[in-house]
Amino acid sequence: MKTQEKIEYKATSNACKQCSPLGASFVFRGIERSIPLLHGSQGCSTYIRRYLISHFNEPVDIACSNFTEETAVFGGGANLKLAVENIIKQYNPELIGIATTCLSETIGEDVPMILKGYNKKNFDENFPEIVSVSTPSFSGTHIDGFHSAVRAVVDSIAVKKKISTKQINIFPGMLSPADLRHLKEIVSDFSTDYAMLPDYSDTFDGPLWTEYQEIPEGGTKIEKIASMGDAVASIEFGKILAGEESAGKLLESRFNVPCHSLGLPIGINETDAFLKALETITEKPVPEKYIQERGRLIDSYADGHKYVFEARAVVYGEEDLVIGLASFLSEIGIIPIICASGGESGLLKQKILDIIPDAEEVGIRIIEGADFVEIGEEARKIDPDFFIGNSKGYRIAREMKKPLIRVGFPIHDRLGGARIIHVGYRGAQQLFDTISNTIIATSQEASPVGYTYM
Amino acid sequence: MTNIPILKEREKYIYCKGKEEFDFTCDTKSLAGSVSQRACVFCGSRVVLYPIADALHLIHGPIGCASYTWDIRGALSSGPELHRMSFSTDLRERDIIFGGEKKLYASLVQLIDTYRPNAAFVYCTCIIGIIGDDVDSVCKRVTEEKGIPVLPVHSEGFKGTKKDGYKAACESLSMLVGTGSVEDIGRYAINIMGEFNIAGEAWTIKEYYENMGLEVVAVFTGDGRVKNIKRSHGASLNVVQCSGSILRLAQIMEEKYGIPYIRVSYFGIEDMSKALYDVAAHFKDNLGIMKKTKEIVRNEIDAIYPDLLRYKKALSGRKAAIYVGGAFKAFSMIKALRSLGIDVVLAGSQTGNKDDYEVLRDMCDEGTVILDDANPLELSKYCIEKGADLFVGGVKERPIAYKLGIAFCDHNHERKISLAGYSGMINLAKEIYSSVLSPVWKFVPSKNDFLKKHDTEMMK
Ligand code: SF4
Ligand code: SF4
Repeated sequence: MKTQEKIEYKATSNACKQCSPLGASFVFRGIERSIPLLHGSQGCSTYIRRYLISHFNEPVDIACSNFTEETAVFGGGANLKLAVENIIKQYNPELIGIATTCLSETIGEDVPMILKGYNKKNFDENFPEIVSVSTPSFSGTHIDGFHSAVRAVVDSIAVKKKISTKQINIFPGMLSPADLRHLKEIVSDFSTDYAMLPDYSDTFDGPLWTEYQEIPEGGTKIEKIASMGDAVASIEFGKILAGEESAGKLLESRFNVPCHSLGLPIGINETDAFLKALETITEKPVPEKYIQERGRLIDSYADGHKYVFEARAVVYGEEDLVIGLASFLSEIGIIPIICASGGESGLLKQKILDIIPDAEEVGIRIIEGADFVEIGEEARKIDPDFFIGNSKGYRIAREMKKPLIRVGFPIHDRLGGARIIHVGYRGAQQLFDTISNTIIATSQEASPVGYTYM
Repeated sequence: MTNIPILKEREKYIYCKGKEEFDFTCDTKSLAGSVSQRACVFCGSRVVLYPIADALHLIHGPIGCASYTWDIRGALSSGPELHRMSFSTDLRERDIIFGGEKKLYASLVQLIDTYRPNAAFVYCTCIIGIIGDDVDSVCKRVTEEKGIPVLPVHSEGFKGTKKDGYKAACESLSMLVGTGSVEDIGRYAINIMGEFNIAGEAWTIKEYYENMGLEVVAVFTGDGRVKNIKRSHGASLNVVQCSGSILRLAQIMEEKYGIPYIRVSYFGIEDMSKALYDVAAHFKDNLGIMKKTKEIVRNEIDAIYPDLLRYKKALSGRKAAIYVGGAFKAFSMIKALRSLGIDVVLAGSQTGNKDDYEVLRDMCDEGTVILDDANPLELSKYCIEKGADLFVGGVKERPIAYKLGIAFCDHNHERKISLAGYSGMINLAKEIYSSVLSPVWKFVPSKNDFLKKHDTEMMK
């Protein structure tokens, strides 16, 4: 449920969000031999491609049905079909993921109706799967587009064949390719079978080509998505997502696959919860490797705790990322003094309070539907120690001469956005070292002495 | 050869210079399902108007159109930086149903009160006409109430191509031109048009003109100011750069104020020098201008020549692919690359027209592939087949080049390095040099593998 918006007209200045089809494109890119197709006008797909390319430094092909004036008047059916045909000819995909745009939504295009009969049965075996999702950007942000697309894929592909399997479904949410790789490693280390949707760890972060690739290699296999109905359990990350219609919940209600809704596994507490869930589901103990990793992480917490204690951070990004980071920061003694998101689920405040019950007394400001002008105004009132979030907060941080620790999406002003790891003990380790060292460096640089030891 | 498929409908947009007749299609809407590198009408308008630094740029529509265009261009300002903000009416479901006029009005009032701009542009995105907003009348109302020009830009994304966006922007600009005083403008005054001050390029160009003894009234629109635009009809010549992004305005100004225009380019020594000479030649009655121009050109070339020769020696014989927004840029680029000893094996643009492509064909060597509105598959295919060592393009082309193990030079609006003028030529050479000669390419699986692989497959 979204909260009812107040009827207060206000422009958005320097948005802290992107639009829904961008999120859907992430998902369709994370399925094997799949290509996203936006139903609407050219600009949306090109801008989204450009935005993704600047983060991932990878070619990103997103097709478009290229509306014209006539299409907008007479409907986009013919264009959409032509687009599908042309994509098949060029890319020979196994799946075409269609997301709508504001334009096609506003003129009331019904994609499933248009493409009725456009399927494997009526053509040949090589005809791709077609999944469509409605992603009007006027009623949600990129993260809503992301989750809706995951759900749409599961809705149209997952079945129950009643085969016995140990498959666990993982719905990781909008994480980095390095995160996805790490999650796969963790689940594999429990010696269990899994299906993770989406999985763009290779398709958004691949090596140079030795052979031309129309669609980059990697991604969730379609048969793995199909067998999701037979899985022993689903794990889904996101406390905001937990309050919404999600893929995990769909599998639970349709096929009785139990769904474990967890927070993003950022920091020790949330990673523990994730590993415990895996322990419960697989009935296997947490592998020694992670006990060791956790041990080293706590050791480093001990080494560095004083430097970070009661430092004040401005945290922004998707609501679930903000919640995950707030959980991590508060477990190491940092106060997430501003928690801001462009999202507007109406739940952010409560979820932060669940983690930090005295948030209000401490003076933590929780802002939903925030834009960067608002974040800047709030930040200037409180003189924080650092910012943590995507590249788009850089201008405020620069203006205030505060460090920005880059996490999440988009990272447009540094290399390696795809390689940032947020999740698991390993992610916490990387975050902890980066944050402590940033704080140490700040005081070292400000010191008239310039010690070469801490 | 590669086996990358080309769509039948796209074949007529691709031409390989040779004996074949030049039967070429261009200047149309993009084909559905072909992953065009073009953006939309709105993008065209944004390109033109964005650098006006003391104007409010409000994007009327849902959030994405504004979010994706926030501060993505390297257009510098010497003063206010309002253009670097991204303002959106961020329409929601409720607005879609009941219309967005109220929100537009409230947003304009709020933003004008907060930022005190000298003018405001309201960009209409795709759904605005469809939800029935009367943007013109809202703009009119706010103009009256706030006492600054509030101009609608009819840039609905689907109503044409990027070029129509240029036109829409020019039409909005034309409402500003002619509203300021021209009293103190002298005889030898020009407007620089189609120069967006990416990485300070307009400043370089302006300096050349000023050193020639000319007065620059307004730059359209690099480091742009509303005040200068208003009085720009006081100039006696419009000097238009770029592929017609602002040509429409020059035409309007010719019709309305009798100001002639000439077309120039500032990329590469040859075109840069020609631009200055052409402008000087326009002011025939003042021989001093031509004299100074000759001096400037000589000095500038002398200053960069030794470096240029050094780069040329290192780069001679390489093969380049060029894919740019406007065809005019491609012409200059071909000449500039030639001056570095680099041959062009692929040349294309997003928005070229028939005349442009004829010029391009005449300029190119035999065997060069010419493309209009290409997609990533086509660009890759011909880069591989033609054995390109270097790609000159924008952000969307960069990863294609790198994945193929090809060097890359950014020639788009988001770059941070000035490529215009004489100093720009050296920067260009240096950019190319530092990519082409980087030792990292030796780790790349050789480009030839693509070909070899295919050949062996064919032999099987
Ligand atoms: S119109 Fe909608 S889908 Fe397209 S870019 Fe704007 S917000 Fe995104
Ligand atoms: S909605 Fe229209 S104007 Fe906006 S980016 Fe998409 S095509 Fe362009």
